[in-house]
Amino acid sequence: MNRALRFGLVAVLVFAAIPLFAQQNVPPRAKAFETAPDLPYDSVTNFLKLPQNLYLGEGIGVARNSKGHVFVFTRSGETRLFEFDQNGNYVREIGQGLYGFEMAHGVRVDSQDNIWAVDEGTNMVIKFSPEGRVLMTMGRREEAVEGVRATAAPGTPPPPAQPYRFNRPTDVTWDPAGSIYISDGYGNSRVAKYDKNGRFIKEVGTRGTQPGQMNTPHSITSDAKGNIYVADRGNRRIQVFDSDLNLIKIYDNVGAPWAVCISPGPHQYLYSSNSNPDNNDSRLMAVSGEVYKMELDGTIVGKFGKPGKQLGEFSTIHAIDCRNENELVVAEITAWRIQKIILKPQHVQTSSKAK
Amino acid sequence: MKRGSIALFLVFVFRFSGLAFAQSIPEIPFDSTPNFLKLPDGLYMGEAAGVATNSKGHVFVYTRTGSPKVTIGTNRTFARSSARLFEFDQTGKYVREIGQGLYGFVFAHGVRVDRQDNIWVIDEGANMVIKFDPDGRVLMTLGRKPEALVVPARSSGEGEGGRGGRGGPPGAGVPGDNFNRPTDVAWDSAGNIFVADGYGNSRVAKFDKNGKFIKSWGQRGTEPGQFNLPHTIAVDAQNNVYVGDRENKRIQVFDNEGNFKTQIADAGAPYAICITPGPRQFLYTSNSNPSTTLDNGEIYKLTLDGKIVGKFGRAGKLLKEFGTVHAMDCHGENEIYVAETLNWRVQKLTLRPAQSN
Repeated sequence: MNRALRFGLVAVLVFAAIPLFAQQNVPPRAKAFETAPDLPYDSVTNFLKLPQNLYLGEGIGVARNSKGHVFVFTRSGETRLFEFDQNGNYVREIGQGLYGFEMAHGVRVDSQDNIWAVDEGTNMVIKFSPEGRVLMTMGRREEAVEGVRATAAPGTPPPPAQPYRFNRPTDVTWDPAGSIYISDGYGNSRVAKYDKNGRFIKEVGTRGTQPGQMNTPHSITSDAKGNIYVADRGNRRIQVFDSDLNLIKIYDNVGAPWAVCISPGPHQYLYSSNSNPDNNDSRLMAVSGEVYKMELDGTIVGKFGKPGKQLGEFSTIHAIDCRNENELVVAEITAWRIQKIILKPQHVQTSSKAK
Repeated sequence: MKRGSIALFLVFVFRFSGLAFAQSIPEIPFDSTPNFLKLPDGLYMGEAAGVATNSKGHVFVYTRTGSPKVTIGTNRTFARSSARLFEFDQTGKYVREIGQGLYGFVFAHGVRVDRQDNIWVIDEGANMVIKFDPDGRVLMTLGRKPEALVVPARSSGEGEGGRGGRGGPPGAGVPGDNFNRPTDVAWDSAGNIFVADGYGNSRVAKFDKNGKFIKSWGQRGTEPGQFNLPHTIAVDAQNNVYVGDRENKRIQVFDNEGNFKTQIADAGAPYAICITPGPRQFLYTSNSNPSTTLDNGEIYKLTLDGKIVGKFGRAGKLLKEFGTVHAMDCHGENEIYVAETLNWRVQKLTLRPAQSN
């Protein structure tokens, strides 16, 4: 075996054996935790019905289209993209054996019902038509024939970002003009903006803790005005940019945002999941795992959920779809499942506005 | 110093005037057939590395798809298929797949069809050139897939093919069909085979029609007769050999024995070339965008003596735009097929040149 490859494999095994947060202090509760009202909710039993012998792996991405069909991007034996109808019945698989599928990270559906998959293993964002045909590709899978890139030593600064190359991208969103915003990601620490035809326009962000800098932009969403909400997970804050990527607001009271989404309609809400980390550390589970519902200006409406493996509990939420504001669909990494969450009518909602 | 800066200035002026000249090249109007290739449900194109048509107009596409698989053996690493060869009819309707699971399908680089409608595949990962008969049976193999894959550590930088490459100096290769990441194949009127080889070696290898090695020429470098990534190759009716010397941004023209005749250096980096059939032949060359930008991307039409007749297209993701054209088939002077790696597609282009052309 090639020496470099052997080293790489050994390195991967060693790193896998080290708990991610082993030397990290347990963070405090999210600032909003104590005061945010609890929102009552239910989880629908056995929402997704998979055919016999078809299995979900880690629930990584989830999104609904205008008909309520549910698209699930999962890390299974191979990374796969499944479609279910609004009742959770299995419809089909999209992109089986696709060159761009290696390590699922996100799926989103745009206003024309096109399906966008974000793959952090191939560094690609792939746009499918509603029929499941590839319409556009962004980024490029590195050529296997070029050999193996050595795993970077911890703390090694990433190479500078390039306009048309991603480094472990995480998520995608659009503004009303159809411009494309990609959170990129684990390697790069930026949001890149493209026109609707995939031409690079500009970017914002480098790795760091200053306003406008990012540390794992993990999820991204947009409101009806075209403002862009970036879940800056490693910095435990949501950064809000206008559609020219000027920073306008920072929300730092809802923990580490693993997944964000904004509901449609005249009164939009922002949901953000302070997910329990996926390393099964019980000390971290004790201070995380809830989802916040917020006004777009950052006012907390309420919270729901806690870590756990039971129905209605969450095992590291990795994506939320909130196309219906009281009927959320969440993808969980460690429980290998998708839950449909029904938020019950709230009579106390107005009280949460008191600040 | 002053002398040097004057020389630099002259070079700059020369370059700039070259650019000005480029802007005066006539644009050739063209159309692209929307949704030309129709894949069955559940079948996906990946990077379209190669495209070629046969005498009936059937379109063959060699694509990088699926997941490149590397299997860790007890003490060796094995590579398995992630390349597929699809056939479509002249209307773009899917016909069949050829060579599914083939031992030599690892990393697609090119496909060409010879005058007898045999289909030739060039696989950069298996280091093989494979000849199929028109029915899709293997007729001949050139090169051999390594028993075990040596997975190299990527050299520094972005590692897009040809940047420094490998294979060691001088890149002349072993005499014979021992390829190092070959790229393309062409034939002369006697059926002699010319293989562009490639990313690792920097040579052209010539074989007789039965696959017997005759000679090879070239090594890595910038001099005439040297190559820095021979990426595409074509032969004209007079049996001259045109080599797209991509990273040297020139097309080198050799006689049938590999003697250097001339070079064409004003049409950008030739990612893909093809020569039209018929009594009056034209050469097309694509100055493709590298995958890191959407710059360049125009395709030039030239006479065989290197005069630029016109150009068309630019880089982009829309129809009639090109995402790294990696191969071209000149089915006719005005019917061109382009395979794009970035856009995962093949476009059928219809040129509508003015009558004065």
